[in-house]
Amino acid sequence: MVPRPWRVLGRRQETRDTFTLELEPVGGGDMRFGPGQFNMLYVFGVGEVPISISGDPARPACLVHTVRAVGSVTAAVCRLRRGDVLGVRGPFGHGWPVAEAAGEDVVIVAGGIGLAPLRPALYHLLAAREKYGRVVLLYGARTPQDLLYAREIERWRGRFDLDVQVTVDAATGGWRGNVGVVTTLIPGARFDPPHAVALICGPEVMMRFTIRELQARGVGPARMFISMERNMQCALGFCGHCQFGPAFVCRDGPVFRFDRIQGMFGVREI
Amino acid sequence: MLRVSGRPRLEAVPVPRERGPDPRSDGGPIEAGVKPGYIDHRSVCMSGPSLQPGDRVAVGRDMLQRLFDALRGAGYRLVGPTFRDRAVVLEEIASAGDLPAGWGDEQDGGVYRLRQRGDGALFGGAAGPQSWKKFLHVPARRLWRARRGPSGITVEEEGGDAPRFAFIGVRACDLHAIAIQDRVFLQGTYADPAYRARREQAFLVAVNCGQAGGTCFCVSMGTGPKATSGFDLALTEIADGAHRFVVEVGTARGAEVMREVPHRPAQAEDLAEADAVVARAAGQMGRAMEASGLRDLLVTNPEHPRWEQVAARCLTCGNCTMVCPTCFCTTVEEVSDLGGESAERWQRWDSCFTMDFSYLHGGSVRASARSRYRQWMTHKLATWIDQFGTSGCVGCGRCITWCPVGIDITEEVRAIRGGAPGGAGDGEVKDDAHA
Amino acid sequence: MHTLEPILAEHPFLKGLRPAQLQVLVGCASNVRLDAGQYVFREGEEANRFYILRAGRVALEVFVPGRGPVVIETVGEGDVLGWSWLFPPYQWHFDARALDLTRAIALDGDCLRRKCEEDHDLGYELLKRFAQVIMHRLQATRLQLLDVYGHAPAR
Repeated sequence: MVPRPWRVLGRRQETRDTFTLELEPVGGGDMRFGPGQFNMLYVFGVGEVPISISGDPARPACLVHTVRAVGSVTAAVCRLRRGDVLGVRGPFGHGWPVAEAAGEDVVIVAGGIGLAPLRPALYHLLAAREKYGRVVLLYGARTPQDLLYAREIERWRGRFDLDVQVTVDAATGGWRGNVGVVTTLIPGARFDPPHAVALICGPEVMMRFTIRELQARGVGPARMFISMERNMQCALGFCGHCQFGPAFVCRDGPVFRFDRIQGMFGVREI
Repeated sequence: MLRVSGRPRLEAVPVPRERGPDPRSDGGPIEAGVKPGYIDHRSVCMSGPSLQPGDRVAVGRDMLQRLFDALRGAGYRLVGPTFRDRAVVLEEIASAGDLPAGWGDEQDGGVYRLRQRGDGALFGGAAGPQSWKKFLHVPARRLWRARRGPSGITVEEEGGDAPRFAFIGVRACDLHAIAIQDRVFLQGTYADPAYRARREQAFLVAVNCGQAGGTCFCVSMGTGPKATSGFDLALTEIADGAHRFVVEVGTARGAEVMREVPHRPAQAEDLAEADAVVARAAGQMGRAMEASGLRDLLVTNPEHPRWEQVAARCLTCGNCTMVCPTCFCTTVEEVSDLGGESAERWQRWDSCFTMDFSYLHGGSVRASARSRYRQWMTHKLATWIDQFGTSGCVGCGRCITWCPVGIDITEEVRAIRGGAPGGAGDGEVKDDAHA
Repeated sequence: MHTLEPILAEHPFLKGLRPAQLQVLVGCASNVRLDAGQYVFREGEEANRFYILRAGRVALEVFVPGRGPVVIETVGEGDVLGWSWLFPPYQWHFDARALDLTRAIALDGDCLRRKCEEDHDLGYELLKRFAQVIMHRLQATRLQLLDVYGHAPAR
């Protein structure tokens, strides 16, 4: 499976080291994907890297990826400019259970860049808002400058059918919002635990503590979904790098129902 | 903690701790000493009633070359055991004369030594350092070529004709290993077209083992020493007395090739001797692995103190993964020209023993040798079953023989099964303060 | 004052207290309303009450010369604010400032300490609840110290 060329239509700087790219297929076409799925992005002469899709599943002709420059390939992706071409393979993996969550409250807990793979889920929920109960977004970042999609979050906060709570670990000048880790938002969040589905993405430590708080609220492990991150090279289940116990994160994940991986989740270095 | 810098030399044959005699020093593996076959081929009608899968016939030692010729005639490149670097390796062979006639081997943890058998057996050793995966799941392969042009990037998938191999002397353990890699590469969500192209064309001539190695444990894994499926032809070599082979036909393709090879129906005496050959190998297993309940045992013991103990010996060199006939992990490399006009994507064998294997931005998920050994063994024997419906171990013993410090997977299983040798929890400090 | 009882009984911090115990608390309680920007208390002042927050948000701040007020943590509806009243020298360690219009019930520390000395069952119950709040805040602070969203250090 070889990459298809996509051209950079737009590039927005989200934070100091994170950029959002909008891509259009060279020669037309589109990419249908489910919220939570990912692509392999290929930069000519540099390499490939797995990046979750962060755009709107209802707009398959415009592919959106939010990328944080943490290594050579991600840095090269972030350096791309309007008009540049990169290769895309995908979409891969199993995403968020947005269809299964119909009729339920949905609690989205995101940490840092973990909001990127959750944004398509939120788009989906808002597009079919009447199918869901309460929808809550709890988002934590390091500082106010590290918040993704700041303007969009402001718009979401203005909606009556969406409860958005944002918190930062460290406040900086002029921040009037919450200060504290994202887990502190959980006890006060408005949802009905036995009828809620939680979608969680962030650093593994953050997800661990989030799961504990949600459990304390009475959300069962079969109602929590987390998106795992592992080294991935092929995205096809062949290269072996993304193994997480019996699971291949690329193929069986990246989104897992928590009760199915509960036994491994606490095991160190697995 | 040891760190592997760079990747292991993937194609290299690991050098054993002890070396055997140079087989070439006494004139090399020539066909000297071959007894004339007792089969009178003038009485054999080659165009007799066609053979069916399951049929067993007998051919003389000297007819092996006819089989090779038939395979070549059918367009196959022959690959079989031959000498290199004081080991029996798998390479392209020109004739039956390239086979290591008269040579066997001694194997133990970290030990591989060739020895003269005292007969003319062509397949007298146990499994050597290499397996057939190097021909089906090749150590290095170009995935695609990319070119920078005026209108962006064009990517060209690697295609081309796959070689048509006839594998000569596939042991039962390796037949199972091939079947396991078939599940990995052909029977999942995606199929690997490069593997498929090579695999579908390969002609498999199995050999039932007549001699088990010191690290063999196929009997306990239920994978040998007799080839029961997955071959086109299966040979049993009878090197005592009249040197001959009993050939079992596995497929119509195998039967087709046998039309070119003078043979006669196997007689009761041939079959009895062939059975005795296999029974002898089955009785010689150097190791045994208690396989029942292994999945649950390992999956429920990620914190067993034994992992720490084995990690203290393990060099994380990755030899076990290179010689393992089922290990399939790969990495990719981007190779570009200096002008930046073209780039190539290469896939290479990788090992879960390297630090880079689990690298995520910031660090490796499995930074300790303990976690990497645990990953390899737990995957091989336990989670492999969840993934592919079969164990990833075929009992070939290569990982034991080629481990530079002689770590023995069967012994590690015994230790974990047996509880906690050396005191469970000794020295374990738990820091689980809750406040 | 009797109108405060159902409010106290419903608040997560006091849920499950016996009616008699609630009555004691009501005797020490008063309604508080704070405008956005108004200080609830300031570092160094006498700590003689704590707050059951009903609505709005309060920031715990420390004033750092050269940087101005730095927000350590924010608390809001359903939370409880202030525990320096429990132990001598009964002094606030941080500033607390309302971020929004905030409604709370203030409980008089002097009054409560006396009642708790008289009724150790009540004292134990309250201390258990405060201990839990303190534990949660400490855990959250430790997580904050981890800086989990930051760059992991290079190998």
